[in-house]
Amino acid sequence: MVWPEKNALSLDASEKQSIGAGVFRLCDGCGQTLDAAALAAAFEVCPECGQHHRLSAEGWRRLMLDGGELSAWDAHLMPGDPLRFSDGKGYKDRVRAAQRKSGSDEAVEIGRGRIAGRAIGYGAFVFDFMGGSMGSVVGEKIARLFERAGEEELPVVLLSASGGARMQEGILSLMQMAKCVAALERFRKKRLPFVSVLRHPTTGGVAASFAFLGDVNIAEPKALIGFAGPRVIENTIRQTLPQGFQRAEFLLDHGMVDAILSRREMKEHIAALLGHLADGARRRA
Amino acid sequence: MAAVILPFERPVAELIDKVRKLRALAASDPRFEPELARLEEKTNRLARELFADLSAIQKVQLSRHANRPYTLDYVKRLFTDWVELKGDRRYAEDAAVIGGLAKFHGRSVVVIGHQKGRGTKENLKRNFGMPHPEGYRKAIRLYEMADRFGLPILTFIDTPGAYPGIGAEERGQSEAIGAALGAMARASVPIVATIIGEGGSGGALALGVANRVLVMEFACYSVITPEGCAAILWKDGSRADEAAAQLKITAPDLLQLGVVDAIVEEPTGGAHQDHDDAAVRLDRALWSTLTSLDELRDEELVEDRYRRFRALGAYLA
Repeated sequence: MVWPEKNALSLDASEKQSIGAGVFRLCDGCGQTLDAAALAAAFEVCPECGQHHRLSAEGWRRLMLDGGELSAWDAHLMPGDPLRFSDGKGYKDRVRAAQRKSGSDEAVEIGRGRIAGRAIGYGAFVFDFMGGSMGSVVGEKIARLFERAGEEELPVVLLSASGGARMQEGILSLMQMAKCVAALERFRKKRLPFVSVLRHPTTGGVAASFAFLGDVNIAEPKALIGFAGPRVIENTIRQTLPQGFQRAEFLLDHGMVDAILSRREMKEHIAALLGHLADGARRRA
Repeated sequence: MAAVILPFERPVAELIDKVRKLRALAASDPRFEPELARLEEKTNRLARELFADLSAIQKVQLSRHANRPYTLDYVKRLFTDWVELKGDRRYAEDAAVIGGLAKFHGRSVVVIGHQKGRGTKENLKRNFGMPHPEGYRKAIRLYEMADRFGLPILTFIDTPGAYPGIGAEERGQSEAIGAALGAMARASVPIVATIIGEGGSGGALALGVANRVLVMEFACYSVITPEGCAAILWKDGSRADEAAAQLKITAPDLLQLGVVDAIVEEPTGGAHQDHDDAAVRLDRALWSTLTSLDELRDEELVEDRYRRFRALGAYLA
């Protein structure tokens, strides 16, 4: 299958191509005209071809958590501007614009929810917030997710979707990678499961820290997942990349993920996984 | 080693060269000594003035200087009984990361560092200091070995970044870096990292989860190269100078942000002017830093490292 470049980094072209004032949407996969309400009800999965379009934070909660209910943790954390960074427009202004655009205060939400009755620590990236980039707030929240889930003896399910570290917080963003992985290492010592879900796209500092360190790694169909962005690699090696490079299926073939799951089966599958892993813990105790 | 001189360092580099020649003369003829002292004084003054005003991008250029001491240049000056260890036991040996056992002031330590090459042939072998997953997996192997045998870990950071290539992605560059961060985080031995040149993003951090982090005066540490940052922000890599200033990547910036614990001053004109002197300075700083961790035991070291990184970040609560 050929992946057209214009869709390579974005699966939300359907939003841009909306016609009929939001009544109809075009599928990015098969190009079919779809009923917008039906697509939303199907968690943005095309009923014709199975294409997964971008799902909102609220949509993920409804998909994954019983009753769509999340009791949020640390939602009050807001970004600072440690570098007083400006690219012509100040970082603080960029943050405010991202908050308006995404309807979220930051690029990740964490808290306690239930999957098929089992309490879990839950985290989900908000890609619409500055590309899901990881700055100090994201790093702090993920560290707290592992810490608090460890204290409350909950398994963690973390859904990543991120372009990587947030440039505007400079080196402090890089340090979040170490902070999150260190928190994960402590969490692991409690022998609690960590299920990592790699959504589209998961690259850079999020991929190269906790996202591949799940006891089980799960990818979304066709998600772009990798360390370096495809354009960076092309510019480095001066070759066109092979078809399907860095897609979920490529990761599965190379042994980096355990399964590719469609949204239709994601919750049930993860519930079963957590059940198996908890069974072992019960027998040991 | 062919001398490379950056345009902005030329006045200082020329004076340093004169001092060097005069010193050779003075060694056999004491009549040159007053002249030598005068010239050294002048050189130091000029270097201080010139280097005090360097821009961020000029410091980036110094951190990448072709004559800068690399990890092995420090290894041969700081350590004795060096035994190099190779391979990741999974796929290959990656010469962009070197590792081994050595004695540091009589104490056995594990040494791991990025390694750049000098000249085309060695740079091809070292892949310009850009590791593949195998380099990080070798590092993990050695972190775990150090942990098992109770040996302190000393790392030397000097990389443009982890290599962005097809094979690197196929073999899990992300996983390798993430796992390296984890292995460092859980090692119950003292870890001291030194940024000796370029600290390029996650590829550098995979050697950087330490109890203490030192930085050489003209080394840099950044989440993205200034060129890459400018390309993303302004679609114009030539505005790297602006990006470098914005990103706060020089040693004083890093100290102020708490990302490093101390700056190691470099010799007049930069570490590339005098590898021996640079190594003496680093030796002093490394030894005092390592011994300052002597009171911490096993889990305390893990806890100390956790608290260090746990505290990094800036947010409003």
